[in-house]
Amino acid sequence: MKLAQVAGTVVASRKDPQMEGVPFLLLRDLTVENKPLKDYVVAADPMGADRGEVVLYSTGSSARQTQITKDRPNDAVILAVVDTWEVGGKVVYVKAEAER
Amino acid sequence: MKLGRVIGTVVAGKKLDAFTGEKFLIIQPLDENLQPDGEPLVANDTQQSGPGQLVTYIGGREATIPMGEPFNPSDAAVTGIVDEVETP
Repeated sequence: MKLAQVAGTVVASRKDPQMEGVPFLLLRDLTVENKPLKDYVVAADPMGADRGEVVLYSTGSSARQTQITKDRPNDAVILAVVDTWEVGGKVVYVKAEAER
Repeated sequence: MKLGRVIGTVVAGKKLDAFTGEKFLIIQPLDENLQPDGEPLVANDTQQSGPGQLVTYIGGREATIPMGEPFNPSDAAVTGIVDEVETP
């Protein structure tokens, strides 16, 4: 899984019919020091994540293992909204503080 | 399977039901000499491992296998705590 910040939404009216009704979010990858990377991904969102929130997402065939993506042509899915994380015993990110 | 070191933890209250009770760890990938190699990633813990420990982890769809709920979208999981690595 990777850490990423919800940077926006993606709307595609014309798409594979199997992806009908699956919301897409644009995610910006983060380092574990909470710095934005150049990499981004468009991920299916079963969580209803909001812009600015930090999420965990997975990629590859694992991304088909949710109710909204099962057996569908999808390779990235959000699986959690992050509250906090720490590295080396130091708290890097706290959601409540980031939203203040 | 790769070697990595647990360097942190991620807490997420809002998560898919498949991850209820599952822990998220931050893993620093290591090379064969146990030196940091590449960007850290987040993996599920299936071995009660903790910060500082040397572990084996797997990536891809296989990471869904050791989890409690089989229908889950994990793409990385810790599968063992390493006691010893010996290279000639």
